[in-house]
Amino acid sequence: MERRGTVEAEKKESDLCLHFKGQWIIGSAFPTFIEIKALFSGSIDSISFDTKELQDWDSRFLIVLSDIKNHATLNTLLFVADGLPAGVQRLLTLASASPERPPFKPEDRNQSFLETVGSKTSHLIEDSRDILSFTGTITLSYLRLFSGKAQFLRSDFLYFLEECGPMALPIVSLISVLVGVILAFVGAVQLQMFGAEIYIANLVGLGMTREMGAMMAAIIMAGRTGAAFAAQLGTMQVNEEVDALQTMGIDPTDFLVLPRLSALLLMMPLLALWADLLGIGGGFIIARLTLDISMVEYYNQTIAAVTLRHFGVGLFKAIIFGYLVAFSGCLRGMQCGRSASAVGNAATSAVVTAIVLIVVSDAVMTVIFNILHI
Amino acid sequence: MKNTPPQPLITVTNLTMAYDSFVLQRDLNFTIQRGDIFVIMGNSGCGKSTLLRHMIGLKEPAAGTIHFRDADFWAASEGQRSQIMRRCGILYQSSALLSSMTLAENVALPLRQHTTLAPDEIADLVSLKLRLVGLAGFDGFYPSEISGGMKKRAGLARAIALDPEILFFDEPSAGLDPISARLLDDLILELRDSLGATIVIVTHELASIFAIGSDSIFLDADSHTMIAQGAPQALLASTTNRKVKQFLTRGGSV
Repeated sequence: MERRGTVEAEKKESDLCLHFKGQWIIGSAFPTFIEIKALFSGSIDSISFDTKELQDWDSRFLIVLSDIKNHATLNTLLFVADGLPAGVQRLLTLASASPERPPFKPEDRNQSFLETVGSKTSHLIEDSRDILSFTGTITLSYLRLFSGKAQFLRSDFLYFLEECGPMALPIVSLISVLVGVILAFVGAVQLQMFGAEIYIANLVGLGMTREMGAMMAAIIMAGRTGAAFAAQLGTMQVNEEVDALQTMGIDPTDFLVLPRLSALLLMMPLLALWADLLGIGGGFIIARLTLDISMVEYYNQTIAAVTLRHFGVGLFKAIIFGYLVAFSGCLRGMQCGRSASAVGNAATSAVVTAIVLIVVSDAVMTVIFNILHI
Repeated sequence: MKNTPPQPLITVTNLTMAYDSFVLQRDLNFTIQRGDIFVIMGNSGCGKSTLLRHMIGLKEPAAGTIHFRDADFWAASEGQRSQIMRRCGILYQSSALLSSMTLAENVALPLRQHTTLAPDEIADLVSLKLRLVGLAGFDGFYPSEISGGMKKRAGLARAIALDPEILFFDEPSAGLDPISARLLDDLILELRDSLGATIVIVTHELASIFAIGSDSIFLDADSHTMIAQGAPQALLASTTNRKVKQFLTRGGSV
């Protein structure tokens, strides 16, 4: 059965009485305000109502009535609410009494292209300044640490050591073996054309130790640990835990950032070393299966090609990457706003910042090492 | 929304609430009449909010039943349950406004989900609801841009978006100053009277309990069950239970 509401107008002298009937609720069909307004013909001074046959009403009825009330106010007509249900009368009063005004206009969210470019640029400058100032804060923290004044929990530090090291091993292992496999595959096809298959060991060995070992471990840690740091610190911002530390006289950077940063700085070279070895192993699998190179041949070739210097380059990079990952995570976490969505943004932003910094710094370091013939 | 004689709206029978093997409350029996302002009170940690979570379909009872009119809430199918929930409005303790949406979008969400109204009709309803709670003109604001009291009222606007029969409130005055809390109480009363809704409210705010409660139960954390029931004023006058008396007098005369 279709539910519907109707209205009839009855004119008594200068008063217009509206008789509402039926159901005026969500889901029923009834005349719109425009259609009702068409009933207001001739000269009238007041509008009154009769709702004896009104069966059911809800907020939609209120909307029609508040439109009529507005219309009455605009045309200086008397709005006689007596005939309406008591609840409707009260709600109408409540809806029209709105003491609070917005203190300010929400800023215009539809920016023009130029405005967007401008605000992004100024944001970029601000962000660079934040990065520099956070670097300074961390340096001061470390100075305090070495002079024995910084405090953080030993258990915190041990927990992060475990979290950044042993707990990350399985995923780092899987990825680095596969990276070794990929390097070997790419090289195998090319080297076969020159009959220089044995140099696959050089390619994988150098590729892993100088570049890929540290780089892949760092990218995994950015997604795994950097994001976690940002989310942890962000949540602590939301819960006012960071404020609490500050008011208790504990420096939040000392207490929260130092254990995380130190743990990752220590663990990152170890992870990179582990990734180097497994990557070389992955390369060997391919060399053995597709190029038929024996283990001894591969081992000797690798030993000859990869010197301690190459490991040194990789480990140095790993330390830098470790710093960048922990730095981005902690920076975005400490910058985090006070809402739930801000925590999500902080985690995302931490990963993006870390990966950008890793790749840029890697490029810079590679060029420098090349110039210095290291 | 027409006046009808009192009738049981929610009936809770032998309800036991438990987290795994930890029993929070057992053997709860009470009835909420149509038009009541029903207060669930008790000390912190006694399971008030958990009881609310059972009634609004967020947690399944370990034992016992909850009936909305004649429908057994937890035995009903998913679809029937969502039909029942459509007639309920809920104001959460921290307002629970979605932070990525403006106030208008927050209030429009249940309307968009549950009705087939056209966008301009929804916009009309949203602006009416915001006017009712005194937030006219705040449509385009995000929850992070307004104060705690305003968030509560915006949450209330969302709760009444679908003209619910039953309104659930979890600690409505928590975190509000006495004046804002009082205004919110007045608003709740006003909405109850004009919308004809039934109200279930979890609170330990004494002023609110006495000002608006028409019936109540008292949950006890030690004996894990309800130890008192009745209108708060009458309870204060008649109770012989030491804990209830202490609670209702802020630990005063025993």
